[in-house]
Amino acid sequence: MERIAILQMGHFLLVTIQVDMHDHLAMTLQDDLTNRISKTSARGVLIDISALEIVDSFIGRILANIAKMSRILDAETVVVGMQPAVAITLVELGLSLKGIRTALNVEKGMALLRSSLGDSQGGSMDGDAEK
Amino acid sequence: MSLNGQSKIPQILKNHEAEVLADWLGEQMAAGIRKDLLKEIELREECREFLELFTDAIQQGNLTNIQSTEWRSVREMLTSVSRTRTQKGFTPTETANFVFSFKQPLFKRLRQELGQNGEALVEEILSASNLIDKLGLWTTEIYQKTREEVILRQQEELMELSTPVVKLWEGILALPIIGTLDSARTQIMMESLLEMIVQTGSQVAIIDITGVPTVDTLTAQHLLKTVTAARLMGADCIISGIRPQIAQTIVYLGVDLADITTKASLADAFVLALKRSGFAIARSKPTI
Repeated sequence: MERIAILQMGHFLLVTIQVDMHDHLAMTLQDDLTNRISKTSARGVLIDISALEIVDSFIGRILANIAKMSRILDAETVVVGMQPAVAITLVELGLSLKGIRTALNVEKGMALLRSSLGDSQGGSMDGDAEK
Repeated sequence: MSLNGQSKIPQILKNHEAEVLADWLGEQMAAGIRKDLLKEIELREECREFLELFTDAIQQGNLTNIQSTEWRSVREMLTSVSRTRTQKGFTPTETANFVFSFKQPLFKRLRQELGQNGEALVEEILSASNLIDKLGLWTTEIYQKTREEVILRQQEELMELSTPVVKLWEGILALPIIGTLDSARTQIMMESLLEMIVQTGSQVAIIDITGVPTVDTLTAQHLLKTVTAARLMGADCIISGIRPQIAQTIVYLGVDLADITTKASLADAFVLALKRSGFAIARSKPTI
């Protein structure tokens, strides 16, 4: 069965959505991700949707829900790389995704996660030099 | 039309083409054509062409429906006449008069030919009058349409002109809005802003509304949408250039701008944007 890979990078989980999201896939992702967060006690989740070209209200809501669930499990969520067309669609659908933090690309998203958690936690685990 | 089959108009027009044309021209000259806009020779040519096509069309026997195929060439001719006159700056009355002035010479001929038969005369005049009215209205309609096309084109041009996105600094974009914000403009504005955000990888965008004359609930809604869309992509928006009256209107309208950073002037917004991006400005020389 099709699944979206969840990669672990230190205290962070990295999800890259490379395929068209359909409802079932989104539900599976929500399931997998919450499980992984609790298993790895991750502090941050970064979802890269730069390859996603179409969203509907359901996918939008799932994204918002994932963010809320992560928050409850004590992990920040950052959605990165949203396409302009996708952003316009979400706004027109009335989904402003409050509570989700956003960044332009993965690099900036990582920086945002790190700074929000304090460098001591994220930075050291990543082994990634601060730019 | 009971008289369609026996209408005398085609026959009369054919027999007296030259006289009708001369009368018609005289009629228009007497009414005073715009000599500055149209030469007499051009008018003569137009009249001659119209009369020819009109005679051709009317011979088909359809005097009621000018939308039918018989009248196509007449309609096309009138369309081109109306269009050129619109562009030359004629008034709607002057344009429509080109057709309406045709009534006088036509009725004169009809009276001469059918003077003894009152009933037939009335019948003919009525149908001819109807027909010419329709053609005149058609001319006016085209006039209107041409004008609307001009307005539409100008609107589009205005739209293209008025939504530039400028890069102020590395990672800082500005969108100075001038003029009223309607839905179509917001859409274009939003698209170009988001495209630029992707292209330049900017994290801060300043929307300057100094040039927006009034802000109503709808405009505020549009602004909010743009800000939200930019935020979804990972860029912060600052709205600047809010004049005192506009601030008052926004509060009285109950628009909630609490989630958005607002600054009074573009300069203030720019300083804030620089600060957020981690830049600091220092004066290298003291002021004199």
